[in-house]
Amino acid sequence: MRRLLIGVLVTVASATACTSPDGDTAADTGQSIVIGAGGEPDNLNPILGYAPDGASKIFDGLVSRDAQLNLVPGLAEEVPTASPDGLTWTATLRAGVEFSDGTALSAQDVVFTYKSVLDAKTNSTIASRFDALADVTAPDDRTVVFRLSHPYAPLVQQLTLGIVPRKAFDGVDVNSAPFNTAPIGTGPYTAAEWRKGERMVLKANEDYWGGAPAIKTVTVVFVPDDNARATRMAAGEFDGTVLPPKLAKSYTGKSGYRIVRNPSADYRGLGIPSELPFTSDPKVRRAINLALDRQAMVDTILAGAGNPAATPISPHLKDWYDPNASFAHDTAEAERLLDEAGWRRGTDGMRSRDGQVARLPILYPAPDVLRKELALAAAGDIAKLGIDAPAEATTFELMLQRQREAASVWGGGDPYDPDTAAYTLLHSRYAGQPGYLNMTLYRNPAVDAALDTGRRSLDPATRKQAYTDFQRAYTADPGWAFLVFLDHTYVLRDEWDGQAEQVEPHDHGLVHAVWWNLERWTPKP
Amino acid sequence: MTAVATARTRRRGRALGLLVLRRLAFAVPVVLLVGFALFVLAKASPFDPVERYFGLRIIGASPERVAQVRANWGVDQPVVEQYLAWLRHAVAGDFGDSLSLRQPVSQVIGERLGWSVLLVAVAFALALLLGLVLGTAAAWRQGGWLDRTITAVAYALEAAPVFWLGLAALYVFALELQWLPGGGLTDPDAALGVGQVARHLVLPVSVLALSHAPWYVLFVRQSLLESFTSDHVIGARSRGLPDHLVVSGHALRTSLLPFLTLLGARLPELITGALLVETVFSWPGIARATVDAALNVDFALLGALTVLATAVVLLGNLLADVLYAAADPRVGLDG
Repeated sequence: MRRLLIGVLVTVASATACTSPDGDTAADTGQSIVIGAGGEPDNLNPILGYAPDGASKIFDGLVSRDAQLNLVPGLAEEVPTASPDGLTWTATLRAGVEFSDGTALSAQDVVFTYKSVLDAKTNSTIASRFDALADVTAPDDRTVVFRLSHPYAPLVQQLTLGIVPRKAFDGVDVNSAPFNTAPIGTGPYTAAEWRKGERMVLKANEDYWGGAPAIKTVTVVFVPDDNARATRMAAGEFDGTVLPPKLAKSYTGKSGYRIVRNPSADYRGLGIPSELPFTSDPKVRRAINLALDRQAMVDTILAGAGNPAATPISPHLKDWYDPNASFAHDTAEAERLLDEAGWRRGTDGMRSRDGQVARLPILYPAPDVLRKELALAAAGDIAKLGIDAPAEATTFELMLQRQREAASVWGGGDPYDPDTAAYTLLHSRYAGQPGYLNMTLYRNPAVDAALDTGRRSLDPATRKQAYTDFQRAYTADPGWAFLVFLDHTYVLRDEWDGQAEQVEPHDHGLVHAVWWNLERWTPKP
Repeated sequence: MTAVATARTRRRGRALGLLVLRRLAFAVPVVLLVGFALFVLAKASPFDPVERYFGLRIIGASPERVAQVRANWGVDQPVVEQYLAWLRHAVAGDFGDSLSLRQPVSQVIGERLGWSVLLVAVAFALALLLGLVLGTAAAWRQGGWLDRTITAVAYALEAAPVFWLGLAALYVFALELQWLPGGGLTDPDAALGVGQVARHLVLPVSVLALSHAPWYVLFVRQSLLESFTSDHVIGARSRGLPDHLVVSGHALRTSLLPFLTLLGARLPELITGALLVETVFSWPGIARATVDAALNVDFALLGALTVLATAVVLLGNLLADVLYAAADPRVGLDG
């Protein structure tokens, strides 16, 4: 009886599937794509924090980025430039752009977007990015003026934030507006349907100012579990998905599929407490950095999909990265530095100074398997120096509470500007402030000076020099032991042209990822 | 009907009405207390709602901005104050905004409740059907291979956790045999339709029903066996009535009464079962929202959902008692 019932249901279902009006053979011609994503956005409102770095599919920022992460004009006619004093940035809007509901884009919409982010009543998760922004005004319908409280070169990198239509928020609270799940933007796609926790359907915006996308329907299915995603990809449900390198391996050489490995600026690093007596000495922190076999971590834990890290600046950021800023794996030198610092091995092989034992607990958040493996590997390497380094599972909250006496495996990083990657993390201004800022209480005047120069100057050559200085000063006195930059691995059905490699930030669900430029993909002939 | 009988019926109707009123009056403090307990528990949780809200962006967020959101939400106020503020709004019908989903709570519940009710109602009906049919069959053939099989399977299923059943069903039917979809409401690229939903409903409903049916099966079997030895059944048997008539007409009927109480008592289990089943099968129902709300310390959503669940359980028990009283005149109505 049950089987009969199931049989009937299956028949009914397949019958409806065949007769549904849009159930044509779009999938065969590459006009639709099904993506299995690991992460789901909390909302689709740029004001609250959706896709602040662009590639949002539904919105456009004043600027956007090409494959090399160069800024290119978006809703602005040209990439905005600063006044000579660096305090005023002016953007002129592209003419004739419309939101998907047909209203014309005006400078007032841009002003509304940025002012709402700054508004204290808005629970925006990205407001900190605009701390330098004092005011936004619109002298006319196509001009937007940003006024800053101090010169801040990376501001232009933040203008990727999507612009929302002011009209959609008339008389509603931004924090719980219907817009947050059913948005209206100027972007290449519109959100047709979103069943939270399950899937989202995007439809091509045929009137897109940059040209209608060739892929007309994008279905994003949210499956947080890696194994579940791998199984559903194998069952043919998805055209593309993100997988850990080990799970993606089974697609090597499989016909009709491609494995794409994109570099990222997404680091995992060990924050070493500067206030713990043992690690307060720069020599000890340098010794720890030299003792770590980062290449082994990349090879075994990441299955080759990653790079060793020395600073928060990824080697893939060719404009900023200083090749000299790296740590060799040199245990002999590490031992020497520890001896020099007065931490000598006792008869049991463990180091101590004045009767005090060399001890550094290493914390990691319990549910995160990758961080656990990195913590264990780092603890193993550090223990070889005769340091008592127990690895302990805990939570982010407790990692923060024990920031003065234990090292923790943190993660972060973005590839857009060294300022956002390093400033709040390493500037002494943020040492000891509440929250996840300078978690290790790192204080280094040379690093502070370089970071301040890099942030305040507009001249690219000066900035380049500042960040080279920063990397030198930091590696001479490291406050962290940055471990690895992760690559993100994707499996893709080989049916589309137009993919371009872009260094990715941590976020690689619906936004960014290999489908960051999906609107420009075309079906393979 | 005689005048005496009518008067008795009326009196009983009034007593029943009083029972309902008394129970409803009692429900109010229970709901209030449960709501308060929830706020205390959420407050004691090691998770910080503001940190959860920021997610990854908490790294590098300036302390002033984080403090601002904290102030906007009033999360640092004493728990009693937060509870009272929530209560004031809730009484006025405003359950506030869900912090984790950035939507009004009423919208979150409205969008999801239907799917949960569908899942639970179908599963409940199926479990009931299985319980009655299999329980009767087992009792009828007590000691036979059918009885032994049904009883053994029922005990095994009773011991198996729901999520384990769900994962096992997922593995066998969705991954290995690929007969049925493994999750969601529809196929990834299909539109919402009756056929799609029905097909996706099969596994979650079966798992939920199978995890509950054993309690009903074993209960029906046990009470049938008891009633087989009672006078009216022996009497019916000795009058030479056909076996199936005795079982269905005499034995089953009298043994169904306590069954009503069991149904009421199992309701909370059904809700928690649905919570796990929805999680395993990516069913976009209210239970998934509950898990999210708990993980994100989403006070507004948690509060509304807890009140909803408490109300359902209280009402379910009340309904069982009323039906019981309506079906059996011997049952007292003293509460």
